[in-house]
Amino acid sequence: MTKLLIILVLVLALLAIAQLARVYELTSRLRGKREEDISPADTRMNANLMYIFLVVYFAFFAWLAWAYKDKMLPVSASAHGVELDQLLNFNWWILLVMFVITNVALFWFAGKYAYKKDRKAYYYAHNNKLELVWTVIPALFLAVIIIFGLRVWNDITTPASAEALKVELYAKQFDWTARYPGADGALGATDFRLINDVNPLGIVTKESVAMRLGELKAEVDAMDSIMHHSILPNHKIDSLEERIAKLERTSSRIVNLRTMMEQDIAEKGEASPYTHGADDVVIKEFHLPLRMEADILVRSRDVIHSAYLPHMRAQMNAVPGMTTRIKMTPTITTDSMRLITKNEAFDYILLCNKICGVSHFNMQMPLVIESQAAYTAWYAEAMKKPFQPTGLPSAPAPAVSDSTVVTTDTTAAPKVDTTATASLKN
Amino acid sequence: MGSVATAPPNTAGHAHHAEHHHEESFVSKYVFSQDHKMISKQFLITAIIMACVAVMMSVFFRLQLAWPGEGFAITNFFLGDKWAPNGVLDQNMYLGLITIHGTIMVFFVLTGGLSGTFSNLLIPLQVGARDMASGFLNMLSYWFFFVSSVLMLASLYVEGGPASAGWTVYPPLSALPQAIPGSGTGMTLWLVSMAIFVGSALLGGLNYVVTVLNLRTKGMKMTRMPLTIWAFFVTAVLGILSFPVLLSAALLLLMDRSLGTSFYLSEIHIAGEALDHNGGSPILFQHLFWFLGHPEVYIVLLPALGITSEVIATCSRKPIFGYRAMIGSILAIGFLSFIVWGHHMFITGMNPFLGSVFVFTTLLIAIPSAVKVFNYITTLWRGNLVLSPAMLFSIGLVATFIAGGLTGIILADSALDINVHDTYFVVAHFHIVMGMSAIFGMFAGIYHWFPKMYGKMMNTRLGFAHFWLTFVSAFGVFFPMHFIGLAGAPRRYYSYSEFPMFDGVVDLNVLVTVFAVIGGLSQLLFLYNFFYSIFRGPKAVQNPWRGNTLEWTTPVAHMHGNWPGPIPTVYRWPYDYSKPGKPEDFVLQTEPLAEDEHEEHG
Repeated sequence: MTKLLIILVLVLALLAIAQLARVYELTSRLRGKREEDISPADTRMNANLMYIFLVVYFAFFAWLAWAYKDKMLPVSASAHGVELDQLLNFNWWILLVMFVITNVALFWFAGKYAYKKDRKAYYYAHNNKLELVWTVIPALFLAVIIIFGLRVWNDITTPASAEALKVELYAKQFDWTARYPGADGALGATDFRLINDVNPLGIVTKESVAMRLGELKAEVDAMDSIMHHSILPNHKIDSLEERIAKLERTSSRIVNLRTMMEQDIAEKGEASPYTHGADDVVIKEFHLPLRMEADILVRSRDVIHSAYLPHMRAQMNAVPGMTTRIKMTPTITTDSMRLITKNEAFDYILLCNKICGVSHFNMQMPLVIESQAAYTAWYAEAMKKPFQPTGLPSAPAPAVSDSTVVTTDTTAAPKVDTTATASLKN
Repeated sequence: MGSVATAPPNTAGHAHHAEHHHEESFVSKYVFSQDHKMISKQFLITAIIMACVAVMMSVFFRLQLAWPGEGFAITNFFLGDKWAPNGVLDQNMYLGLITIHGTIMVFFVLTGGLSGTFSNLLIPLQVGARDMASGFLNMLSYWFFFVSSVLMLASLYVEGGPASAGWTVYPPLSALPQAIPGSGTGMTLWLVSMAIFVGSALLGGLNYVVTVLNLRTKGMKMTRMPLTIWAFFVTAVLGILSFPVLLSAALLLLMDRSLGTSFYLSEIHIAGEALDHNGGSPILFQHLFWFLGHPEVYIVLLPALGITSEVIATCSRKPIFGYRAMIGSILAIGFLSFIVWGHHMFITGMNPFLGSVFVFTTLLIAIPSAVKVFNYITTLWRGNLVLSPAMLFSIGLVATFIAGGLTGIILADSALDINVHDTYFVVAHFHIVMGMSAIFGMFAGIYHWFPKMYGKMMNTRLGFAHFWLTFVSAFGVFFPMHFIGLAGAPRRYYSYSEFPMFDGVVDLNVLVTVFAVIGGLSQLLFLYNFFYSIFRGPKAVQNPWRGNTLEWTTPVAHMHGNWPGPIPTVYRWPYDYSKPGKPEDFVLQTEPLAEDEHEEHG
């Protein structure tokens, strides 16, 4: 009802305005004025507004640049970022010159040559020399911009050196996880079908494969038992059968993976990526040492995300089914940056910069840049909680939805210590 | 004057004077019309309605961005308790609104509305044709557009809300309802609507191309065509070559969604489950989408530039400077627009060398664009500028084209793109260069050709007020966004309060929203002026702006076939304004060259 009333009031207001305009129009018609004949006073007004706009426009620009100078990103905290900022500043100066020249000409002419009855426009259809000049000059500027731009781009995108620190950033709706290699210095292979509560990145090890197969079998068995022990409507049976078929498909693919893994390990021994997973550190913290090149692998579990580190001037999409990379060398520790920005609470932030769902706006993880010594200490502590500790007695599989139907297949008992789960919750 | 200026300037009512026309029913005249002028008005009014919806959406999400978490009665009034409980915009609906705002503005307003309206109105009138090559296909083009508009609006009302993966609908987000509620029925409707829209664009585009190539009147050489027609022609060619790619992208996505294929999906684990889909690539979609998406930018922009070229020449009372260079730059932009799409994908993990190639091609586009700007400015120089509302909007277009074009150079540079990609800097850039420029071109066209469309005049002073309010708000809204973006703030965020690092620039969000509301409200001036003038505006004369082109030789009242007598013959280029030795400051294209007169080619 209130909505109707509001609409009614608006309609009446519109009608009132319409009547006012009608009065205006009738009077101007009485004066014999036609709409296309723009009065000298109106022309003067618009011409003056052109000048005023030019001034206000530049003043607005200058005010924004001045008032927000210190609220932009602080000095770059990565080596390539410094180069990038220089490139950006260099471009700004070229663009600023073009911006001022063209805008001054545009608004100046728009005001200066406003209609006068006794003036005749200058018939000036073309001038090949002039046109050549303003084709060639922008082309030269652009050549410079392209050459400098591509030089920096090539620096940034050449692959990281072999000694670089390898870290994986793993995105999912709506958080980030980091993975560091264990003592072997290499990250293990992964497969998305192995993902479960204790293995959020799907790291492939003999144990995780066995555990996942066991889980799937348990789920299939549970459904089988429901089908056999209760009377169900047909559609329910259909959906259960469909579900079982899907689980079995997944299982058979994991069995293939297991075969592949066993062959690879038999062939390559320790060099096989399937042997590196167990000691990986899976952690909700992101630390990097100062002045060491980092080779960051970026992956996603579900949709496209983007790993954006504004203070590092680094960004790369996280695409499911692909591994992308960021190469960077941090140059300023978090503590130093707190001094630079005079902000005790300052943190480097990793944020998601590709629309990924409802909580996209809050998908973040702080990045800690610290001295080599501090990093080594942190890393040593983190390595105490590897993804899959070895040499410990095997524990029963935690967090399986229906623990009463845990499989009787003894090979499926995974060697997962509860500390592995704990390390994920850090 | 020419041989055809015989029709009375004011013809009352809708009398049909041409003898070969029978009386038409309401349905065939206003609904299923095959007359290009009526179809153009249908496109325009539909686009205006769609634009109102899209602009209102932007106000709702701007309110949320300026004052996150606060309730607004108006948001609740329009979105109801489900999507705006207590007036606070729902997080999913926020993403839905930005998606549909983008889709409507890019496709329904600036493609369908701009090209559909002005290509339809001006191509036959300015090349001297009685109608489009196929009136029937033209009618279908509108009705496809209408159906797709209705579907798009209908998608706002389905369970789960409208498509909300951003207007670029990147899979897997758009492919999986588990990922976001909007990727359910809402997304299906979005895809079906876009598929029908592509049909409309193709039917229209083919018609425009055929009409320009085959139905030009005697003497209308390609190099005597107004720049509007050149722009519409190249736009239509771009659309024909690129829209089918969007159609295929949409169809593959529909298959991934409903038939279990895996074109775009691979190794996905979502909602606690590993999907069967495997082996596809989400990046494939981006390649297909942007293969349309980048030409689309010029499909939006070129008609606006064409309109502006015509309006600036007419209202400067001067020939457009460098006519041939203007044609050359339209062709160059059209060609280059097909080999630059990768600049949207620098940070997808695309091969860096490929990125370098796209940097090169993209920055090449700056050259023809710069030529256009310099030529516009030179046209103003020593002119005698009639500052009509259309002219003001054309000058506004040049200003936004400069501002947005320059920031484009930053974004085209792959290295610099890394740190501003998908931030508000991008939002600022494309709204200014594509959104505002195209909208200003559209307004210029409406104010300039309103007398041709409706036989009435719009109120000039309301036009001035509309221009200045819109122009100032446009910069007030989009200029500060560059700074928000340079502070690192990503686009498509529901709120920035989760990040202390953006605290310094959130007050700019308030400024932006205030200007957005002012800008939105000033469009009421336009709406009022437009609809009022259709019915009650003062009657127009035949050639109110004293232009040279053929449309000003047709009678004011619309008739099938456009000219009561034979189609006029063309003897000169369209830009003989203030030509020395002529009594008037304009010379109609239908006027033969005098014995000793030299024909100008620009």
